[in-house]
Amino acid sequence: MTLEELREIAEKERTRQAQYKHRILYCSSAGCFSSGGESARSAFKKALDEHGLTKECELVGTGCLGLCGEGPLVIVQPDQTLYQHVDEQVAKRIVEEHILKGQIVKENQLDLNDPFFASQKKIVLENMGKTNSESLEEYIAADGYESLAKVLTEMTPEDVINEIRKSGLRGRGGAGYLTGLKWDIVRKSVSEQKYVVCNADEGDPGAFMDRSVLEGDPHRVLEGMAIAGYAVGANQGYVYVRAEYPLAIERLKLAIKQAEKLGLLGNRVLESQFNFHIDIRIGAGAFVCGEETALIRSIMGRRGRPRPRPPFPSEKGLWDKPTVINNVETYANISPIIRNGASWFMSIGTPKSPGTKVFALAGKINRTGLIEVPMGIPLRKVIFDIGGGTPEGSEFKAAQTGGPSGGCIPKEHIDLPIDYESLQTVGSIMGSGGLIVMDSTSDMVDVAKFFMEFCMDESCGKCIPCRVGTKHIYMMLDKIVKGEATEDDFQLLQELCVMVKESSLCGLGQSAPNPVLSTIRFFREEYTKKLKPATCYESGNGQSTVLQNESK
Amino acid sequence: MKPKVATVWLGGCSGCHMSFLDLDERLIELADKMELVYSPLADIKDFPTNVDVVLVEGAVTNNENEELAHIVRKRSKFVVSFGDCATTGNVTAMRNKYTPEDISKRAYIELADKNPQIPNEYQTIAQLLKTARPLHEVIKVDAWLHGCPPTADQIWFAVTSLLEGKIPVLPPAYLRYG
Amino acid sequence: MSVITFTMDDVQYSAHEGDTILKVARDNGVHIPTLCFLEGLSAVGACRLCLVEVEGSPKLFPACTTKPTEGMIVRTQTERLKKYRKMIVELLASEGNHHCAVCVVNGHCELQDLAYEVGLDHVRFPYLFPNKSLDATHKEFVMDHNRCVLCTRCVRVCHEVEGAHVWDIANRGINCEIISDMNTPWGESQLCTSCGKCVRVCPVGALLEKGATVGELEKHRGFIKVIVTARSKHEWITVEDQEEE
Repeated sequence: MTLEELREIAEKERTRQAQYKHRILYCSSAGCFSSGGESARSAFKKALDEHGLTKECELVGTGCLGLCGEGPLVIVQPDQTLYQHVDEQVAKRIVEEHILKGQIVKENQLDLNDPFFASQKKIVLENMGKTNSESLEEYIAADGYESLAKVLTEMTPEDVINEIRKSGLRGRGGAGYLTGLKWDIVRKSVSEQKYVVCNADEGDPGAFMDRSVLEGDPHRVLEGMAIAGYAVGANQGYVYVRAEYPLAIERLKLAIKQAEKLGLLGNRVLESQFNFHIDIRIGAGAFVCGEETALIRSIMGRRGRPRPRPPFPSEKGLWDKPTVINNVETYANISPIIRNGASWFMSIGTPKSPGTKVFALAGKINRTGLIEVPMGIPLRKVIFDIGGGTPEGSEFKAAQTGGPSGGCIPKEHIDLPIDYESLQTVGSIMGSGGLIVMDSTSDMVDVAKFFMEFCMDESCGKCIPCRVGTKHIYMMLDKIVKGEATEDDFQLLQELCVMVKESSLCGLGQSAPNPVLSTIRFFREEYTKKLKPATCYESGNGQSTVLQNESK
Repeated sequence: MKPKVATVWLGGCSGCHMSFLDLDERLIELADKMELVYSPLADIKDFPTNVDVVLVEGAVTNNENEELAHIVRKRSKFVVSFGDCATTGNVTAMRNKYTPEDISKRAYIELADKNPQIPNEYQTIAQLLKTARPLHEVIKVDAWLHGCPPTADQIWFAVTSLLEGKIPVLPPAYLRYG
Repeated sequence: MSVITFTMDDVQYSAHEGDTILKVARDNGVHIPTLCFLEGLSAVGACRLCLVEVEGSPKLFPACTTKPTEGMIVRTQTERLKKYRKMIVELLASEGNHHCAVCVVNGHCELQDLAYEVGLDHVRFPYLFPNKSLDATHKEFVMDHNRCVLCTRCVRVCHEVEGAHVWDIANRGINCEIISDMNTPWGESQLCTSCGKCVRVCPVGALLEKGATVGELEKHRGFIKVIVTARSKHEWITVEDQEEE
């Protein structure tokens, strides 16, 4: 496969698509499947067959269309008409009225001028609603693998790394480490064998950004990994996907096979000297395996336990070799950056956090689903414009970012720009992209307890602060919720949280206390009003009422 | 007026009290410095009020212990967890992995020679708590004396410090478990 | 071999390439508490007792795995570290069923030593009193899970020094447990050579020899360093029977 042949395929595919008067693209991601997408799909197929429209109108499964709370979602191209709640009847009507007669089914139509759509900026999700999730040719027609070809024919590995560094792209897995810098370190590490790993473990409850990318546009991730491999000098890549994403695994397997068949992966990629193979490794149900050193151990077939860093995986990673390990969304940004240039990427978002971020918007909000917004967008805009605000009769209370590792942003900080640094100032983190909205009915102590239960269950058990500390923090929160805790217990809880945060071995334990500390910081009264008064007759942890206990 | 001192045993083996008696001749000196107002070693029925220092041996293992622990706390200025059972649960807490029902069954039915039955005289027989707990998980405690039992020297150091109005800060040599 | 100079508790020390902060500390009589570390076994940084402060970083670093860099300023006895060490020991004490009065290593126990060091007179966290079992199926030894602190020394010594890999970890988080073979009774192990290394490296009374009663089992752990040095450097050294501090 040469560059010319690649462009021929693109042209051929565009011509093939152009022959259809209409294309019905139904969301074929797990969300819409679970709300009845399959019966809508068969209804579409049946109706198109019955009306003899199969040569005029193509039925295509595409990636996540965003407004997941109102699925199944379908978009009709080239009209750009987006439909919601598409069940069998609506599917039939779309074919009989819209396709046959050009009459839009107004009852189900979504207004694309609504801020939910209009205020988003799609880079990672740009192909959703445009391409077939299972077609390599459609990806190529949408400029797919152009960047890989450009990199192999026009750029040296150093050029690629400079471009990624210039773009300011930061790891989208949560830590926000400069991607270009990480690749540079791997490039400079001396080793015959290097690896590229994609972290597709996505363990945060309520997060489905990576899942949607893998299900809807898997080639994008493979291309990003291949470019990384070229840049750092690796010839082997691994995608570590959590086992709970069977559809994503299926789509990835298909995509890899397709790419290998066309010479876009494997030996002599695009007939260059560059070899790059990608294999899939499936997780086994541990949140801790999203931590990079635990993930690496899991790929090696060992128990997923993190280890102290340094040394970092960039120097000693998979099988002790220099390894790039990045998140799905990070790789999904590589191809557009190479295609459009670093300055283009820098022009979006903020100077220190350029580009966009995909969020899974959920909770007490009118519009739940997947959104992609430029970094630096004020939280207010996400909640009220894009999200449509909280349901009727309830008031916005807080937004939680970063899942079980993050913190809450209360009303007084609603104008906070969403970028890496700003979130840290209020005690939260960007995390992988979960954004959960809470209203006046949410009890913040309950929220903290929920996240702590998750961390406690998922702790690997290697280090004492996390293994035992999370258990005790959870028990204390339970005691508070039940109204059985005293002020002394509350003090001890805070001390324990700080200790666990500062002493734990890996990110899981270090960030597990964040929801607790964050809710105490902004919603302290919700804790204190649940405490029972401590009299000297009550149980305590040994604080004397009569004499100050001076035990060492 | 001499300070009022009390000792109590809850779910313990009385070993700590035996160790207290190991003070031997020092008991005579102690008797001059304090008034023993309550002790299982003395024939006093009710726990008095205005106790200055009380040494509590044993873990809180049944509802009677729990009730007495609260009474002790209410009526005493300075409460000392006396020995490992009161401080950590120790041997008394080894029964915690079993349910009170299983324990009663084993003790009174399976191991009984005659008339196997679980004693259930209303308000006479104490009911086992779900788990035996160290004293400070039930009431506020002011100082802890470790050891199974604490040595006579440790007890002497602690009690004399308290009687002089000082908190006994046990030097490292006196911190000993088991 | 390059030499690195760094400061620890306001005193300057030299470290050879590859030395960890803990090694330099021990070579120079600077005390940093440890539990999961044992000389001769790989360091895993698991117990977090040896954490030290490094100037210029808000993070804490495990002395057993961190190598000093030129000019590094390390502190080992700050108030924060002392507070955290005490809390870690409190957490450990609450986690298992550590009943010293009836334990075979009473008086010779590393957990007891740590508790004395941090001045532990009571535990502020509720005791969990977990329902753990013990395995007495082996002819000579017993594994008592009630006392296990999950330091993984047994796992490491059996894997790295004896080469049998009898022990490994099962489950996750607070439910972690050390298992033999594929979670089969130790007495039925296909791999165990009955060498007893695991018993000797165990810091507490979880692994013990049958026939020893309360307070009778004293373990001498220096032998690991002797074996490992003999194998790797072909040198035969002698080490004090008791663990050096």
